[in-house]
Amino acid sequence: MNHWLTIKLAITGLLANKMRAFLTILGTIIGVSAIIVIVSVGNGAESLIVSQVESIGSNLVGVLPGGSDEDEPPAALMGIVITTLKYEDITALRDIPNVVEVAGYNREVGEVIYKNNKTETTLTGTFATYPVVEDTAVAEGRFFNDTEERGIAKVIVLGSKIKEDLFGSRSPIGESVKIQNVSFKVIGVMEERGSSGFSNNDTLVFIPVRTMHKLILGVNHLALARIKVNDDQNVDEVMASVENILRGRHGIDDPKDDDFTVVSQAQGLKTIQNITGSIKIMLTAIAFIALIVGGIGIMNVMYIAVTERTREIGLRKALGARRNDILSQFLIEAVSITGIGGAIGIIIGVLFSALVATTIQYLGYDWAFIVTEDSIIIASIVIAGVGIVFGYGPAKKAAGLPAIEALRYE
Amino acid sequence: MKKEALISTKNLTKDYITGTVVTHALKGVDFEVHEGEFIAIMGHSGSGKSTLMHILGFLDVPTSGEYMFDGENTRKFDDDKLAEIRNKKVGFVFQAFNLLPRTTAVDNVRLPMIYAGIKEEEQIKRAEKALLDVGLGNRMKNKSNELSGGQQQRVAIARALINKPRIIFADEPTGNLDSASSREIMEIFDNLHKEGHTIIIVTHEDNIAAHAQRIVKMKDGLTFNGHS
Repeated sequence: MNHWLTIKLAITGLLANKMRAFLTILGTIIGVSAIIVIVSVGNGAESLIVSQVESIGSNLVGVLPGGSDEDEPPAALMGIVITTLKYEDITALRDIPNVVEVAGYNREVGEVIYKNNKTETTLTGTFATYPVVEDTAVAEGRFFNDTEERGIAKVIVLGSKIKEDLFGSRSPIGESVKIQNVSFKVIGVMEERGSSGFSNNDTLVFIPVRTMHKLILGVNHLALARIKVNDDQNVDEVMASVENILRGRHGIDDPKDDDFTVVSQAQGLKTIQNITGSIKIMLTAIAFIALIVGGIGIMNVMYIAVTERTREIGLRKALGARRNDILSQFLIEAVSITGIGGAIGIIIGVLFSALVATTIQYLGYDWAFIVTEDSIIIASIVIAGVGIVFGYGPAKKAAGLPAIEALRYE
Repeated sequence: MKKEALISTKNLTKDYITGTVVTHALKGVDFEVHEGEFIAIMGHSGSGKSTLMHILGFLDVPTSGEYMFDGENTRKFDDDKLAEIRNKKVGFVFQAFNLLPRTTAVDNVRLPMIYAGIKEEEQIKRAEKALLDVGLGNRMKNKSNELSGGQQQRVAIARALINKPRIIFADEPTGNLDSASSREIMEIFDNLHKEGHTIIIVTHEDNIAAHAQRIVKMKDGLTFNGHS
């Protein structure tokens, strides 16, 4: 049996009824392009988050308030406020061997005002050790010191973008800015760092963490702490020491009762990949449902085609077609239909993914355009499978028709 | 001593069951066809002539009786064997032409060769030769719906002959044609007969039957030998 001629006949048959053909393959197109887009956007989002986590540095250990189970994200990541992590908890970690520095953080979105100028910012209350822990430095002036941190000083260090927004090219040192009606004296400007992942470091402003607690938030707990370790290899050992010290300070005997979570970058990555992975699987499952619905549509149309072409089947049998010839003819037709839909779906999916990536990159995020060969190969296999699975019933029906009855069919 | 018949049937019957009603379409037909014969089967509609032709052409199976074809008892033929015989040993010409729609004359003629597994170049060469032989040399690339009735029937004849069958069955081949086209088609059958082809034609028209060597009349599911 000449398969090329069969495919040619199948396509001619398809084109004879353009609207029906379009509606038939629409389900396949939507399903396939959805799979490609979902996998691509999922990979892009993952790369964005991962780049953010990686930018933190592999020699940093994070401490979050609230316990967490293995493989599950810490409660703090889900937006739940837990108040168990205190300033003194973190300063107590300074003396662990191999620890370079520690810094605690609280963040708050707000507005910073200089005379008539104002701009959106993320207000960061932190330790004087911030530049050491985060591997950064001031470009102008100085960062606040330990005395200012402890003494609830009203001093502020601006991110480079905030400085530019409020002061232009002038030096802001010694000027006074207002946040929530509290005046702060500008003592420094951070060097430009650019964005990493979701956050732009240049739109942050920094004030002493205790000033943040007393004058802005009215709380006395930290939202996050980071510990800089002198070498990657000492990370595990430091994490164990951190856990021991915090358990001692909080009077915890059983690690299950931990009211804090110590994470390394590696663990953080794993947690993120668990989350994005399960989201991707869920979305892909939905796209598969779309494909299956499309497949049922194809099956329906193939059944109609078998009925419409009963005489043709009878004729082919009269001319010597065996059961298997008819079976493969209708299977090839079904697979051709899904194949055409699949090819269009892959093209649309890739184009749409590129559009999403370009748009997000334009908005200034570090988003990678990723279409893996895997997703295209998997989509292709699924399409062929849908064609065969949903084409088989109609094809078998066609193959089983008795020659003379098919030929007599009106 | 008479040469062994190409086709011979003994007490062939065919019953159709529609619901609880049984129709006896053939009631015991004894029938012989020899190599090179041109036979017309005549009869009114319902006489069983089409049923007989369909059974002889392996499109249908008898309810009882013996059917010997080319020295073989057809009772033991399975599905694939029947397909092979339809493909290689018999050729069909139908009243309604039965060409594939939106398909060129050449591709229509190629169809039996596709199922016979003949190489593509060979298929095209033979199809073009066959179309030339039936006078359609200038219509090979035309699609079936672009051809007149007479031209379509000529494509169908070319298709029936393409695998060099032992016998050609024609079911009212001129039934859908005007008289001029009918004459042309019957001329082709006459020539095929002269070339030695075995032909069975089913018709109810006397002037068509007149082309045949031997006329077999059918009535109520039985055959009666007529004269040529």
